[in-house]
Amino acid sequence: MNEKKQETKLVSIPSPNKIPERDLGKMPVLEATHLGIDFGGLTAVEDFNIAISPTEIAGLIGPNGAGKTTVFNLLTKVYQPTRGAIFLDGKDTHGMNTIQVNRAGIARTFQNIRLFDKLTVEDNVKIGLHNHIEYGMWNGIFRLPKYWSEEKRAHEKALELLSIFDMQDMANVQAASLPYGAQRRLEIVRALATGPKLLLLDEPAAGMNPSETSELMDNIRQIRDTFGIAVMLIEHDMKLVMGICESIAVLNFGKIIAKGTPSEIQNNPEVIEAYLGKRKEV
Amino acid sequence: MKNKLNVKNIFCGVSKKSRSGFINYGIVIVFFIIFQTLSSMGKLTNSLSGQLIPICVYVIMALSLNLVVGISGELSLGHAGFMSVGAFAGVIVATSLQNVIVSGSVRLILALLIGAAVAAVMGVVIGIPVLRLQGDYLAIVTLAFGEIIKNVLNCLYIGSDSHGLHFSMTDSNSLGLDADGVVILNGPMGALGIKKLSTFFSGIILILIVLFIIQNLVNSRAGRAIMAIRDNRIAAEASGLNIIKYKLMAFVTSAAIAGAAGALYALNYSTVVPKKFDFNTSILILVFVVLGGIGNLRGSIIAAAVLTVLPELLRQFQDYRMLVYAIVLILVMLITNNEQAKAFTKRIFRKKAKEEC
Repeated sequence: MNEKKQETKLVSIPSPNKIPERDLGKMPVLEATHLGIDFGGLTAVEDFNIAISPTEIAGLIGPNGAGKTTVFNLLTKVYQPTRGAIFLDGKDTHGMNTIQVNRAGIARTFQNIRLFDKLTVEDNVKIGLHNHIEYGMWNGIFRLPKYWSEEKRAHEKALELLSIFDMQDMANVQAASLPYGAQRRLEIVRALATGPKLLLLDEPAAGMNPSETSELMDNIRQIRDTFGIAVMLIEHDMKLVMGICESIAVLNFGKIIAKGTPSEIQNNPEVIEAYLGKRKEV
Repeated sequence: MKNKLNVKNIFCGVSKKSRSGFINYGIVIVFFIIFQTLSSMGKLTNSLSGQLIPICVYVIMALSLNLVVGISGELSLGHAGFMSVGAFAGVIVATSLQNVIVSGSVRLILALLIGAAVAAVMGVVIGIPVLRLQGDYLAIVTLAFGEIIKNVLNCLYIGSDSHGLHFSMTDSNSLGLDADGVVILNGPMGALGIKKLSTFFSGIILILIVLFIIQNLVNSRAGRAIMAIRDNRIAAEASGLNIIKYKLMAFVTSAAIAGAAGALYALNYSTVVPKKFDFNTSILILVFVVLGGIGNLRGSIIAAAVLTVLPELLRQFQDYRMLVYAIVLILVMLITNNEQAKAFTKRIFRKKAKEEC
């Protein structure tokens, strides 16, 4: 019996997608394998595989209703996936909730802006910093020295983060009274403040004019470079996606139909078909 | 235009929060000085001077409920329940320690602390299961809690003698007290023979302490988190905030404050019955909060003080007293929610702010 026992053969599985050459050999910050979710009888996302390297800017595109935001909701555990696994820095996120996933290093923005409307801009950022400010309820009530030092640190850090988008002058404005574009930028700052390894941006350029969009592209690149984090974004503005994304995944009816560099995606017949429809044979 | 606004914010906005807090302390202290001088000069009518401690109690209750309704964004319809728990706990402490601790003020402080602690425990018991749910469940459960507490206290008998405290749910005879024992809580008759310990001064001090706690909590890391969860729960979760912890923190703090207010209230009278802390009382406190402005502490203070005195001042209308009271309520609501009136007051305040700059 013992002699006959065969050792299990190990094979290296191919990575679900390609990563930028500079990140070769580093562990992907996010790896999703065979991710899927059903709502009742409807399969919203099926067999979603992706790997994102630590400094990559990845894009997720697809027609309306393709399941892009659902993928973000799966990655941040707003929905628990029906199938598949998500690894964050090689760690399985199974059983985690949204709060734990955020602490583990995924921060996100929302398609329909979700700010803390009645708080000021600065306080919105300080909420992002919340888990990095270290004093408890009693320190706060009795204004002990720890309160003053930590609040001062948080104030400086918040202004520093706001300066990415040149918003430090608006620190004391109520968030709800900000113009639309500034609200989107504030959401990004708040997400950054939580200290993520991966930043998920859900339609960051929605409702922005072309000059604002090109400014945003520079900002996203700058964020990636200064913070050394990965960015994954959903966007319909093809100029932005093709301009800054190093890899793009195309989603249609909950399935990935193509993955690759911007130029590969642009020339992919399946992608063209998903967006424009099939050419009618005459 | 935008730049102008920002410059103003940088120079005037930084200390705005703490300045507003100091104004609140100032209002309370001025209120105390005015009424203390009036009463020492004998200018207050009997009924009005009897209202001074209830005013303090209702101001504290309104502040406490505002922490739940305005700051944390949950609805509590049974705040009188916490008040009741604190009231009877306070009475039991004050009465049973009568022979042990001579000093009345020490017994009052102990009664307030223990009243607050017991109400806080109740807050935890209710809060842990209910605050995990999303929606208006807290309103329903606190409503039920208020009624349950009222009915339980209605058939609870507590007495004390040299052996300690005795409890019973049937009647006062079954307590089995020694000859020297006293019945503290006598079922539906409530607590009898309480020695009056509360003073106007202690009420004002308690208001100041409560204001200190709430204002400092709101302007700290925890308060920011509580308000963020109120504004957008999903975004708060995505920012890594522990939702239940902060909701519970606000609710339990509020319950504890209500308990202390209850103890202050009970120790102002010789008799307190459980029926006093019914649904109507809870709604009355909610009216103070809504009228003063949800989330507006100063509004709560003023609304609670004015509306507690108002029925007394309307005594000349005799039978139509509560009718006039209702009309006054409606008028105040209409005026405070009027956009033009709001814009008018804002304009006045903005002028003032500019002058200060």
